[in-house]
Amino acid sequence: MGIDNLLLGFQVAFTPFNLFIAVIGILLGTIIGVLPGLGGANGVAILLPLTFTMPPTSAIILLTSIYWGALFGGAITSILFNIPGEPWSVATTFDGYPMAKQGQSGQALTAAFTSSFVGAFFSIVLITFFAPLLAEVALKFGPPEFFAIQFLTFSSFVGLGGGNPLKSLASILIGFILSTVGLDIVTGQLRLTFGFTDLMKGFDFIVAVIGLFGIGEILLSVEEGLQFQGAKTGMNMRVVLDTWKILPRYYRTFVRGAFIGFWMGFKPGGATPASFMSYAFAKRFSKHPERFGKGEIEGIVAPETAAHAAGVAAILPMITLGIPGSPTAAVMLGGLIIWGLQPGPMLFVDNPDFVWGLIASMYTGNVIGVIMVLLFVPFFASILRIPFAILTPLIIVICAVGSYAVHNSMIDIWYMLIFGVLGYVFKKLDYPLAPLVLALVLGDLSENALRQSLIMSQGSLAIFFTRPIAGAITAVAIFFFVLPIITPWWRRLKGSPASASQTPLH
Amino acid sequence: MRVADLVTAGLLMLLGGVVIYDAARLGIGWGIEGPRSGFFPFWLAALLVVIGAAVCVQALLWGSRHPFVTRERFLPVLKVLVPLAGFIVLTDPPGPWPGLGLYVAAGIYLGFYMRWVGRHDWRAVVALSIAVPVITFLIFETWFLVPMPKGPVETWLGY
Repeated sequence: MGIDNLLLGFQVAFTPFNLFIAVIGILLGTIIGVLPGLGGANGVAILLPLTFTMPPTSAIILLTSIYWGALFGGAITSILFNIPGEPWSVATTFDGYPMAKQGQSGQALTAAFTSSFVGAFFSIVLITFFAPLLAEVALKFGPPEFFAIQFLTFSSFVGLGGGNPLKSLASILIGFILSTVGLDIVTGQLRLTFGFTDLMKGFDFIVAVIGLFGIGEILLSVEEGLQFQGAKTGMNMRVVLDTWKILPRYYRTFVRGAFIGFWMGFKPGGATPASFMSYAFAKRFSKHPERFGKGEIEGIVAPETAAHAAGVAAILPMITLGIPGSPTAAVMLGGLIIWGLQPGPMLFVDNPDFVWGLIASMYTGNVIGVIMVLLFVPFFASILRIPFAILTPLIIVICAVGSYAVHNSMIDIWYMLIFGVLGYVFKKLDYPLAPLVLALVLGDLSENALRQSLIMSQGSLAIFFTRPIAGAITAVAIFFFVLPIITPWWRRLKGSPASASQTPLH
Repeated sequence: MRVADLVTAGLLMLLGGVVIYDAARLGIGWGIEGPRSGFFPFWLAALLVVIGAAVCVQALLWGSRHPFVTRERFLPVLKVLVPLAGFIVLTDPPGPWPGLGLYVAAGIYLGFYMRWVGRHDWRAVVALSIAVPVITFLIFETWFLVPMPKGPVETWLGY
């Protein structure tokens, strides 16, 4: 049954229009990934209004292609400019930039793109097999199970996010509080509006994403006075082929990175820790750990494979459970709702052409993506050579256009500005932004799941523990919440300062 | 950093207090149709107040004494923020006054920033401040049919 569905999906993904959409998406996505202040989540958010008039399958193909492109673009800036475009590209700079400085940027880029492709492909294959199974299980879920999963989602930010657990929790709470502003659909009451009509519509997560990630990032980068002094790309067919001859030697690193990426990735916020973990493991198992950080090609393979496997895996919970695994997936989930689709397991029953078209387009999109970036790296790298005084206002205008387009309202551009300042301050004070956005997106769903669960149990929280599936998930979630408290104790008990998985996650 | 941490945590606690106030008005208990409107916000806000207090304690005990931002590093930030606010006001000022529309405002904003911060050549400034709005207009207004705020210039051109 799986193969038939996948073939159906390929029929959707292989139409000329959808292939064209994928090419455009990858192109835009890579540009977005290269530009400072525009990342995957933000780029998808800005372009979301353009998809309102498209058929949903083409729309999701456009958005996912932008996502793949942005993932590839992050590697370009990390290697050539030593600027990680996304947090999960940080580990790529460790060996990528030294290689570029030694005149081996062609090899470094080829290794990065190839690893990204391998990692992504591995995850896509797993998604193809696991998504229908997971969706089938999820069909039996009731409100308590869904709430438990959402609880787990947020607990993993606190327990595995690697930042300050209190501040992660604060970000989650702020996101949820912002999501309650406006009309309460269940009771018809206005909440937290204090008589202001502008607040009745509430806060749109798209505007929040554009402000927090876009404007906030720009403010940070002008404060740090970033100068873009890039290395030469040095790409040609020979370099690509020669690098491909060396890469199979690192098959163990590929496999390990892909597994780490997939495993971490379908939990939220997983891509960044996955890339660091994969890097740490590669270094530990290498015969020449001393070469890491000085331009070792394996030091690019490891984080890139894991980061892309994780980035793709983030789609799995989005389509099967209706829970996004990353901010970008969260924006896509918002898109699904806008296009009139119900995210979650029912998608596989009601809209098989959409789901399988999406899965098939992940194969085509990544193949198109790796070919395009290999061919056009010099073009993408040249974007960063545009003077900063032109790039900054240009990106801001694009952000403003994207914010306005969501509801055709001016207030959203002001919100964008406020969220931008908030993003700048929060980033400096180490409040993570991803959980805030996810909470804002999932707010209504979580609250409804909680309310329905409590109605089922007549007000008793025990329902989250007594139902077997919900109970197991809740138990894991509570474990994640207390993880930051027990970890120091555990370490003292074992007497070891840090293990491979606990190397700095930031 | 410590002061900024304390101020932020204080503001979060204040936000929590405001939310609790409104939640109490809406009712935080059990209504006819299950938990009332204030139930969810109340518990979120209560937890936020507790977390805010904990962050304060953390900052007081272990907070770093580095300044949040130095004056010379904050200047470029302001140079982005102030023209951005100006751009929004030019597009459509709050209140009854008419604005110039997004496209014209974007052109002025882009040109101003290029000249002021980048000290670019006047020819480049003029060329880009015309080209960028025109391209944006073609993509959004004519291709994807997404309307942006418009002003007298667009009316004069017949849009």
